[in-house]
Amino acid sequence: MSQFTINLLFVGASFALYFGIAFWARAGSTKEFYVAGGGVHPVLNGMATAADWMSAASFISMAGLIAAGGYANSTFLMGWTGGYVLLAMLLAPYLRKFGKFTVPDFIGDRFYSRTARLVAVACLIIASVTYVIGQMTGAGVAFSRFLEVNNDTGLMIAAVVVFFYAVLGGMKGITYTQVAQYVVLIIAYTIPAVFISLQLTDTFIPAIGLFSNHTESGMPLLQKLDEVVRELGFRDYTADVDNKLNMVLFTLSLMIGTAGLPHVIIRFFTVPKVADARWSAGWALVFIALLYLTAPAVASMARLNLLSTIYPDGPTAQSIEYAERPDWVKNWETTGLIKFEDKNANGRIELYNDTPAFEAEATARGWNGNELVVNRDILVLANPEIANLPSWVIGLIAAGGLAAALSTAAGLLLAISSAISHDLIKGTINPNITDKGELFAARISMFIAIVVATYLGMNPPGFAAQVVALAFGIAAASIFPALMMGIFSKRVNSKGAVAGMLAGLVSTLVYIFLFLGWFFIPGTASFANTPDNWLFGISPLSFGAIGAVINFAVAFFVSSMTEEPPKEIQDLVESVRYPQGAGKAIDH
Amino acid sequence: MSDHNLNAQQYWQANLRLILGCLVVWALASYGCAILFRPLLSGIHIGGTDLGFWFAQQGSILVFIILTFFYAWRMNKLDEKFGLEE
Repeated sequence: MSQFTINLLFVGASFALYFGIAFWARAGSTKEFYVAGGGVHPVLNGMATAADWMSAASFISMAGLIAAGGYANSTFLMGWTGGYVLLAMLLAPYLRKFGKFTVPDFIGDRFYSRTARLVAVACLIIASVTYVIGQMTGAGVAFSRFLEVNNDTGLMIAAVVVFFYAVLGGMKGITYTQVAQYVVLIIAYTIPAVFISLQLTDTFIPAIGLFSNHTESGMPLLQKLDEVVRELGFRDYTADVDNKLNMVLFTLSLMIGTAGLPHVIIRFFTVPKVADARWSAGWALVFIALLYLTAPAVASMARLNLLSTIYPDGPTAQSIEYAERPDWVKNWETTGLIKFEDKNANGRIELYNDTPAFEAEATARGWNGNELVVNRDILVLANPEIANLPSWVIGLIAAGGLAAALSTAAGLLLAISSAISHDLIKGTINPNITDKGELFAARISMFIAIVVATYLGMNPPGFAAQVVALAFGIAAASIFPALMMGIFSKRVNSKGAVAGMLAGLVSTLVYIFLFLGWFFIPGTASFANTPDNWLFGISPLSFGAIGAVINFAVAFFVSSMTEEPPKEIQDLVESVRYPQGAGKAIDH
Repeated sequence: MSDHNLNAQQYWQANLRLILGCLVVWALASYGCAILFRPLLSGIHIGGTDLGFWFAQQGSILVFIILTFFYAWRMNKLDEKFGLEE
């Protein structure tokens, strides 16, 4: 059986499973369907949250970025888990107590203002569309490899599939489908990692293998990796970063962005009790951590495997001949995501860090520039092939990658369409719209969102996980501060909140667009995106944290200059702080 | 001010103290051990690298899990103590 058939089998079987569960849950009883979120145990809810949360960015892209950046890209690991601590303590229990269903609902009520609600909708849409661009980038990579087509074609196919997946809609709301998606996703991620960890370190658990000895050389794996990359002119894998400020801000931006993303927050609205909202955050983090503790192991082992494929006799010896390249290189060449150019015409593949510092050594070895360009987003998907694992493992990872990309992309499209049709059109512009009209508006907005995301996904402003990180920065600068001040301060009023959200959003967007292109349109950037041009060395990916500080500062300043919020709003703030009995306390 | 109101205020103060304590640990594990203080911890070796690297790639995540469960457990106790549970 060819690899293509096996991939098809695994992807087909996993989709049959999701649809089957959706059908079974729906057929069981209509009531169950509606209370799915309400009646589900916090452990299962945590699992569903984890599936919702772990997207193409976590599954497909993140380990590739860590492999390339080493220690410096640990920011993704800390940033995308640490946010749950904030969520559990600062938002989830209180928003659950508030008891409405969407983020704009809370902001609109707490800041007693239609403008605040509209600004919140705008922030939500901008963050979600940016997020979808990242998902489409990842889905495009997965589809192009899996269907063995060019990357752009893969992206188009992904767009069509995501659109239909999202229109089918109902599926998404069913917690049990997401539980199944989580199981597929985590198995698909873990099994190849276990195999590779056994090959390289004789250790069964990848997270422990990362800190164990490399069997072949007998030295610690990370030391071996440092040694190999150093020979090729790269920075040590474990090397410390020079710009700690940027690293701190980037991590902070991802953390507060996590706590400000509407599709994550919404899961905590549906648990039965306030106490369950707290437990659910913990369980979600446990299930996310299963992947996040494995990811750094996948990253370092894949980097080592990749380099030993190119330099079978070690980095100081001759590299392999292009004619003898392994099948996975050929497969990925058809997608256009691996490119080879024989710059010194010696018929061999030379992969190294093409910098002035390494030039003398490269020239001495007869090299004339780096010859192999490997897109970082392919590393996780190519990992089992690089390690020569059995073909069923490769099929499994294709199924997992597609599950991750599709479920999150579809969920975000639903969030965008409901924000437009429910919060924007029905809630403000035309309250008398018919149900049919609302549904039509939802479909149209979904369609527009996917067209925009696909167009921008063809020339994305970064790798999948980086684009998603931008979405987090936007959420961090706009939504999180408004929610937090709404709960922890009685003094912040509608004018303050609106001014704060706008200041945070606009400052962050402008900073991002200056370096990555206005509205992400390729070729429109005002400055080259290099550390020399960045303000105080702060990268556009990290600016969300600064945007959040601006948001808080402006909101407090404007509020202190203007009137106090009305008494009933202060009572509302009081009431969300207590799981129960607060209502009685206010009545005294 | 009624007893109930006073009670509620004490509950909120206790919650804020707990949050502050947890956030200090949260920041020490991630921004502290994993990033800013990494050079200070470089003398402590673990699996071919230093403690700061371990905190950045694994340790901080484990601390986050412990923190969220600890907070949930303490808060649910606090709800009971103040009679505010559902």
